[in-house]
Amino acid sequence: MLEIVQNNWTLLLVGQYPAGPLGGIVATLLLAIAGLALAFPFAILLAVARLSPYRWVNWPATAVVNIVRGMPFLMVIFWSYFALPILIGRPLSGFWTLVGALVLYESAYLAEIIRAGIQALPRGQEEAARSLGFGYFRTLTFVILPQALYNSLPALIGQFVSLIKETSLGYVISVNEFTYAASQLNSQLLVRPVEVFSILAITYFIVCFALTQSARWVEQRIARTRQGKSSGMQIQTNPLATEPMP
Amino acid sequence: MIRFDKVNKWYGPQLKVLNEVTAEVKKGEVVVVCGPSGSGKTTLIRTINRLEPIDSGSITVNGTDAHSSKNNVNTLRRDIGFVFQQFNLFPHMSVLNNITLAPRKLRGMSRAAAEEKARELLDRVGLADKAEAYPAQLSGGQSQRVAIARSLAMDPPIILFDEPTSALDPEMVGEVLAVMKGLATTGITMMCVTHEMGFARDVADRVWFLDKGNLLEDAKPDEFFSNPTHPRAQRFLADLRH
Ligand SMILES: Nc1ncnc2c1ncn2[C@@H]1O[C@H](COP(=O)(O)OP(=O)(O)O)[C@@H](O)[C@H]1O
Ligand SMILES: [Mg+2]
Repeated sequence: MLEIVQNNWTLLLVGQYPAGPLGGIVATLLLAIAGLALAFPFAILLAVARLSPYRWVNWPATAVVNIVRGMPFLMVIFWSYFALPILIGRPLSGFWTLVGALVLYESAYLAEIIRAGIQALPRGQEEAARSLGFGYFRTLTFVILPQALYNSLPALIGQFVSLIKETSLGYVISVNEFTYAASQLNSQLLVRPVEVFSILAITYFIVCFALTQSARWVEQRIARTRQGKSSGMQIQTNPLATEPMP
Repeated sequence: MIRFDKVNKWYGPQLKVLNEVTAEVKKGEVVVVCGPSGSGKTTLIRTINRLEPIDSGSITVNGTDAHSSKNNVNTLRRDIGFVFQQFNLFPHMSVLNNITLAPRKLRGMSRAAAEEKARELLDRVGLADKAEAYPAQLSGGQSQRVAIARSLAMDPPIILFDEPTSALDPEMVGEVLAVMKGLATTGITMMCVTHEMGFARDVADRVWFLDKGNLLEDAKPDEFFSNPTHPRAQRFLADLRH
């Protein structure tokens, strides 16, 4: 197995680059980062829209989230493959088709995580900011979102990990990424599929594991600055129970 | 400074929490609001900065109609400090940032100026050494004093307290009351829901007694404590003495 890696590490790392298109694990990571970076702002918008008191805001957002979450990712890829070029009026590379699918799919999932994070905050946080004179959007920006995102960090990282794994489905529309590189390698070597796909599996695992571990490390560092294990969360108070506990 | 005029409020069709409340807090006065649990004290004080809407009547704060949709609620709230029972400090910010957030973002004050002001306020509440701390590192009493400093950062002419000492361990009540007593002498208009009758006796200009949404007493503290006119208030005071 090691010897396969030694002989083909550039293909696994960057695909045919620089002679051909960028591929391999580097392309996978780029896809994941582009997908996340673009999905994140959409997810925040969707989450906030879903919590809006106005029906004409929350209803469409809820519809998008529920429809997307009710679809297999493969469907979203096909949809993106055929519909996106029509929508934007020009052909799209496999890379950006997949990014488009990832953004649509992931923003729905991320939105639900962020929404839960917002709803888990004690009401008093919003009330305190509003009492100081902050409007709705500034309250969100300065007080609600920083806490909601921090508190949902574990779930968000988990979603990022599945995003990395989802990029492998780009294989079906021949996007140059890690799984594609491995299958190219497999067709070259022909007789060693178990080793090749083991390399693939182990590498995905290492990348995702390293990510969760480093996220945990960052989380602990923030928690340490703020001290207190349950940092970020104050005691959840029942909004109706305005009397002190006896 | 704060005038309630025939204020009515319901929670749903069944529960009337404020019934024809009419009263006034004059500039620089300290008013203590007391009454049994569930009588509407929290609701009453939250209507002043429109955290709770009202169904009829009017509340005039510093000359402006607090519940008129023509008046910007955020501008109104800048002039009204509010201190909560549960402190509600922002846990993701240091004490200093908790205090400077509003003056920096809402008044456009420079960070340096806002921090200087925040340090003065912290000094006033006896927490000069906690500027860099995070809320999770503070005791309840310290948290509440920071919350008071935060609500003073916008120099409001009015400050409201909703049971500021009720969530505290008994040994921390004194430090918060001491800060509030100091504040009462600065000429700020103050309204405070509290069960601390000692504080009411020493500091209040008037005591309001609320029962089932009715404002039954509005009296000087010595009158209220020595001979409350309403039997419900008599009973309330008798219960407190036990
Ligand atoms: N958001 C709410 N929805 C419905 N009922 C409420 C709400 N807030 C308070 N109440 C009810 O209104 C009454 C007055 O509450 P409150 O103003 O908190 O009284 P107090 O502060 O004097 O204990 C209570 O019966 C309480 O249960
Ligand atoms: Mg109350």
